[in-house]
Amino acid sequence: MPQGAPFSMAPSVPEKLKEEQEDIQDMFAITRGTRSHGSRRLITSLAVAGVAALALSACASGDAGGESTEGGVELTMWTRAATQIQSEAFVEAYNAGHDNQVKLTVIPTDDYQAKVGAAAGSKSLPDLFASDVVFAPNYTSQGLYLDLTDRIDALPFADDLAQSHIEVGTFEGSKYVVPHTMDLSVLFYNKDLYTQAGLDPEQGPTTLAEFGEHARAIDALGLDGVSGTFFGGNCGGCQVFTWFPSVWATGDGVMNEDGTESLLASDSAKEVYAFYRGLVADGIVGAGTKDETGATWTGPFPDGTVGVMPMPSTMLGSMPENTGVVPIPGPDGGESTFVGGDSIGIAASSENPDAAWEFLEWSLGDEAQLEVLAKNGDVVARTDLAKNKYSEKDPRVVTINEVAAKGVTPKSLKFGEAFNDPNGPWLVLTREAVFGSGADIDKNNDAITAVLAE
Amino acid sequence: MTTHAVADAQKLTTAARPPERRKSTPWMRRRARLGWLYAAPTAIFVLLLFVVPLFTVGQMSLSDWSLLGGDKGLNAPGNFTGLADNPLLWPSVGFTLTYTAIVTVIMLTLALGIALIVQEASRWNSFLRTAILVPSALGLASASLLFWGLYSPNIGPISPVLEWLGIIDEPMSFLGTPTAALWSTVFLVVWRFTGFYMLILMVGLQGIPADIYEAARIDGAGRWQTFRRITLPLLRPSIAMTLILCITGSLLAFDQFYILTKGGPDNSTITIVQLIYREAFQKFDLGAAAALSVVVLVALVIINVVQVRALREKE
Repeated sequence: MPQGAPFSMAPSVPEKLKEEQEDIQDMFAITRGTRSHGSRRLITSLAVAGVAALALSACASGDAGGESTEGGVELTMWTRAATQIQSEAFVEAYNAGHDNQVKLTVIPTDDYQAKVGAAAGSKSLPDLFASDVVFAPNYTSQGLYLDLTDRIDALPFADDLAQSHIEVGTFEGSKYVVPHTMDLSVLFYNKDLYTQAGLDPEQGPTTLAEFGEHARAIDALGLDGVSGTFFGGNCGGCQVFTWFPSVWATGDGVMNEDGTESLLASDSAKEVYAFYRGLVADGIVGAGTKDETGATWTGPFPDGTVGVMPMPSTMLGSMPENTGVVPIPGPDGGESTFVGGDSIGIAASSENPDAAWEFLEWSLGDEAQLEVLAKNGDVVARTDLAKNKYSEKDPRVVTINEVAAKGVTPKSLKFGEAFNDPNGPWLVLTREAVFGSGADIDKNNDAITAVLAE
Repeated sequence: MTTHAVADAQKLTTAARPPERRKSTPWMRRRARLGWLYAAPTAIFVLLLFVVPLFTVGQMSLSDWSLLGGDKGLNAPGNFTGLADNPLLWPSVGFTLTYTAIVTVIMLTLALGIALIVQEASRWNSFLRTAILVPSALGLASASLLFWGLYSPNIGPISPVLEWLGIIDEPMSFLGTPTAALWSTVFLVVWRFTGFYMLILMVGLQGIPADIYEAARIDGAGRWQTFRRITLPLLRPSIAMTLILCITGSLLAFDQFYILTKGGPDNSTITIVQLIYREAFQKFDLGAAAALSVVVLVALVIINVVQVRALREKE
């Protein structure tokens, strides 16, 4: 990342100096007892400063509307560590070719909401801030983002933007965010281990039952440190991301439309819990599965010690060559995905909304989508670019792009409290259902509804 | 403290000046003003960093105040009555008290024992002292992260080493069960803080005059008698200080649990401060978080008043 982005205020410096000189003169004038004269001068200089400020701001917005901003504006931007790779690539590419410079701050994923909340309280939000898409409703409903409806609708490719992201970021008919990075849950499997276990390395599981068979076959190899599968057993966010798709694949939902009632005690949901429960009972899961709080849940697969497991699609670029990709199946087939990732908007308090929009517009354009996202094997945020020169070279990316259209992004104002909170009700349900007796699913589901409906 | 400084300054003035100049009020006033000037920085800091935040928290606790939306008007005493509805409140109070009791007993016993061993100056003792004190130089959050890595079933080295030595057969889970998570955290905290309390107690021990011990020896007192009748009573102020620091610190435990266990497994290690954090930053409800903070503050004041009373030296 370029450091010390060029930052120049050349045109405004002389005015600034002059104002300061006048202010200092005024101060002396007052102490010398020539108060009336002094205050008149103070008013004059304030008026001059005001006019100058107006002229400057008018000039700035005029520039931003044009091709580029003379001298450049420094924009601040926040993102969470989970999608750091993509955000850094965007910012690097943008800074290299524009006068405006974006200064990116990456914040640990677990602390991101707290940080945004604290900054919102003290009115110190950055110009641009991304958000885990499921938390976007919390921010839009509190008016932290600038209304971008007109700007988004004016984009030539407005209808091709990932609609699940746009919908979650819409509040009372206004659009506030655009997709920034797309992170889909898909099954990754280790082709080398498949071959060793006598499985077809070109044929990943198409049902949960097959997923279980494959995982058991690999575990039966008895290789040192190698396990059939792995998941974040103490991580509500991971389980939402990797288990909900199996429920959606059956055609069932996880919440009602308003996101105020939990449907996670349905028969299909119970089948999904039972499946993972079986894997745990048979010892097919890797060491530390039950304790995994989410900080290292994607760590074991790239080490080659896991046969098959649901993973985030954004990790594909950093996976070994022998990684196979298939959609997450339901218990008896079907497929779906959690359309996660980050959406991004402009803070309502930003002083540079035009320059900030310039960056967002650029990030959604053909060049940025293809050369930044697609080139690295990431999912593009526009459906019209789903088939591109890079995806054609890698059938795995085509798989991910295709399942994106069938995916879901859950929308609820209380999503974090119900599902991501490490002490929340969803984790109580899953831990009881997968590691415990499994008898309290209905009762625990009611506890989730109680939080969602609050 | 600051008023003492002013008084001292005045005393100096009166001592240095002849009696007739004592009534020279402009001079006195200037000295007094100077005194206030010296006290001002501290007073301003106390006002800005303690009194103002305290009032803000008080105001929050009586308001409907969300993290993202700001102040939305009065909500008294809704925030306080709502606390009882939280199913995690009583378990977290119970856990915090249990944790405090365990940590205080283990740590202070250990710290006193080590202080007694290393108080005499010798080359080995100064090495030992330094070794025990070094963890105190590490921030608690950094120490927690270090232990999180050591305990991790994926990357932690402890379990494989124990397996290799043949002490355990299966990978050991340090944070997997409620009991294991509690004791793993206690171990971290004892490792991190014992040196600090040892230092305080050691300074106290060195403040006991050697001739008292000599007199006791001449009178034929045994080791246990010396410890029981001389060391412990004379160490009372130091013990009182460590006890108050340790109990208050443990009741306010947060970092270590936030990093190591996140309140898990199965909500078994939630401390009261974690509950405050959760209200504020997971549920975005600053009002409820402030109400809980006020309750904790009142409880801490009461606990400390009781402790100070009980441990005060009888004069």
